[in-house]
Amino acid sequence: MSEVKNILIAGVGGQGTILAARILSRLLISKGYDIKVSEIHGMSQRGGSVITQVRFGEKVHSPIIAPGTADYILAFEKLEAVRALPYLKKGGHAIINEMEINPMPVTMGAAEYPSDLEQYLNSIDADISLFPAYAMAQAAGNPKCLNMVLLGAWAKAFGLDEKECLDVIRDNIPAKFLEVNEKGFRKGYEAVQ
Amino acid sequence: MKQLMTGNEAIARGAWEAGVHVVAAYPGTPSTEITENAAKYEEIYAEWAPNEKVAMEVGIGAAIGGGRAMVCMKHVGVNVAMDPLMTVAFSGINGGLVLVSADDPGMHSSQNEQDNRKLGEFAKIPVLEPSNSQECLDFAKIAFTISETFDTPVMLRLTTRVAHSQSLVEKGEREAKEPKPYEKNPQKYVMVPANARPRHVEAEARLEKLEAYAETSPLNVEEINDTSMGIIASGIVYEYVKEAVPNASVFKLGISNPLPRQRLKDFAAKVDKVYVIEELDPIIEDKCRAMGLDITGKEIFSRCGEIFPETIADRLLGKKQEIPYNYPNSLPMRPPVLCAGCPHRGTFHALKRVKANVIGDIGCYTLGCMPPLQSVDTTICMGAGIGMTIGMEKVRGKEFAKKTVSVIGDSTFIHSGITGLVDMVYNKAIGTCVILDNRITAMTGHQQNPLTGLTVKGEPTKAINLEALVHGAGIERVTVVDPFDVDRMVEVLKEEMAAEEPSVIIARRPCELLLKETRPSLYIEADRCLKCKRCLKIGCPAIENTGDVPIIHADQCVGCGLCLNICPHGVIRKEGE
Repeated sequence: MSEVKNILIAGVGGQGTILAARILSRLLISKGYDIKVSEIHGMSQRGGSVITQVRFGEKVHSPIIAPGTADYILAFEKLEAVRALPYLKKGGHAIINEMEINPMPVTMGAAEYPSDLEQYLNSIDADISLFPAYAMAQAAGNPKCLNMVLLGAWAKAFGLDEKECLDVIRDNIPAKFLEVNEKGFRKGYEAVQ
Repeated sequence: MKQLMTGNEAIARGAWEAGVHVVAAYPGTPSTEITENAAKYEEIYAEWAPNEKVAMEVGIGAAIGGGRAMVCMKHVGVNVAMDPLMTVAFSGINGGLVLVSADDPGMHSSQNEQDNRKLGEFAKIPVLEPSNSQECLDFAKIAFTISETFDTPVMLRLTTRVAHSQSLVEKGEREAKEPKPYEKNPQKYVMVPANARPRHVEAEARLEKLEAYAETSPLNVEEINDTSMGIIASGIVYEYVKEAVPNASVFKLGISNPLPRQRLKDFAAKVDKVYVIEELDPIIEDKCRAMGLDITGKEIFSRCGEIFPETIADRLLGKKQEIPYNYPNSLPMRPPVLCAGCPHRGTFHALKRVKANVIGDIGCYTLGCMPPLQSVDTTICMGAGIGMTIGMEKVRGKEFAKKTVSVIGDSTFIHSGITGLVDMVYNKAIGTCVILDNRITAMTGHQQNPLTGLTVKGEPTKAINLEALVHGAGIERVTVVDPFDVDRMVEVLKEEMAAEEPSVIIARRPCELLLKETRPSLYIEADRCLKCKRCLKIGCPAIENTGDVPIIHADQCVGCGLCLNICPHGVIRKEGE
């Protein structure tokens, strides 16, 4: 427990990364960890790249993660996953929603969405879980629970107990959205080995 | 149980625990959430002031009136509040007065990265720098004690990483405070020269007392570990130092003005090599040098941007972090964009059609500078645009003025656009000003303002009538236009720009994010589309350039209808029609 673990959450403004970080933090606090979370918001709200950094362990000083040191990356979008990859440590685990969201330069036709991202992700020796998290969220009943699907996948990878996690989710999600969020979490938990 | 809080939440909590009576602010990243959180405590009177100067004056009044007051703003906001601050620093206060300055090294959301510790020093007031959320809460409370003990405003200086990072906080109880009595004391508070001269002497003497306090204050902490290296640091950089060089000896400055000079000298004597590590300006460093310490600082750390833990490890230990995974090709950027449905899009598209020089301002609409709209020529500071068009007209003449428009948001206009407009009328300029009235302060996350009819606590209040205000300033040509009626907007722009007198166009449509109802999304009839690509010129994130018939993505389209209004061939339709 003395070693500090780093989780970097990457996505596009509006995808629910902030709520993911909130639930993740509550999970970690319930486990008794010291924790720091860093979030930059401001102009990034308007559809730009967003990054949230979570660090936990016995004692955490810096709230931000140095490149090459993230144990986990939770990526809500494929391009953002690859953009965040320099943060991953050697052999680290990236949990990635395989969805593509075009950034403005691509939408305008001024740039192309790289076609070889999947190939690149499969070519490196990091632990890569690239899976259809968005489709799973839709199947759970609401695409907005994408964050729960990714969180479920991480919880499984980190070795947390599913029931304990669901207890924390229950305490932090309003009752009317609970069922779909629980479903999303379970789907993510089952998706990753 | 400890609770995870941002620095901003913890500041608000600390102010509440300190029994604060009044919190006044103007929104600005990264300071906004302090006031939003303070407003949730029913014991606190909180307000969004029209600008930081007024916020500071409300704070000064509350403090001289005997209460405890906190004023909150981003670094550039303090520039606006400097006039009252510089003089209340002479007069002193009665109840405690704490100014929170949230600086933004790295410019995550700002137009510059000035170091406001220098402004604290300039105003001759103490500067406190918390390093994490617990210290935000604790220092906020101590700041009030220092303020009242030494009869001075206190600057609590945050940076973005402290304000927006979350860490665990142990909360305390509120100590309710009755306001101190108000006593007339013109020698102290009427700053005519005869009174101000002795107050300056007092302010200098106060700094000496504060230095003596800094020598013994528990906010300044010496940590002796490995003595081969000693590091002097404050704020977030202290946490980075502990991360990067955990074994080094550290002098943590909780108070960075005035410095505990004797303790720093003693610290330097205990270690072999002394570093001062601070983001932005060499403020602590220059003072350490002035007292004769042999130190290393800005020779190896930049004055620009943030300092990161890995930079410290690199410069002090030569430790390079391996980056194992780096995609070999360039990735398309994902810049922030005006939202789908944003009313500003219509205005900027019209401005592009009339080929105007656009003198911009601070707000979401600064994003009008991004392609494909690319319709903003300048952005300097809050309220600058209107005055700048006057200067341009005076140097380049009336014909230039007829091609030039200032563009300013509703909240920014109230903040500091009004005086520019008065100047335009008074000094016979003929400029055209477009007020982008989206009924909210949007960029900082939807704060109320004097035009919205609601206070920071959500209570109904009188909404200022913008048209009447503009008329009252002497503008006779005032037109209200829906920015999504682009043809009408183009027509009005042409008319008002040509007119040889000052005019205001109010582009009124609420921020898309305020709308509660959902509208059907739009689609392009592929077989009728002539591929003129006019719809791509508005830069809507929902419309994709496929090289062939553009596609409107239903999951991003909010059905605002702007593209439908500008499509010359009528091939954009509402889903379900």
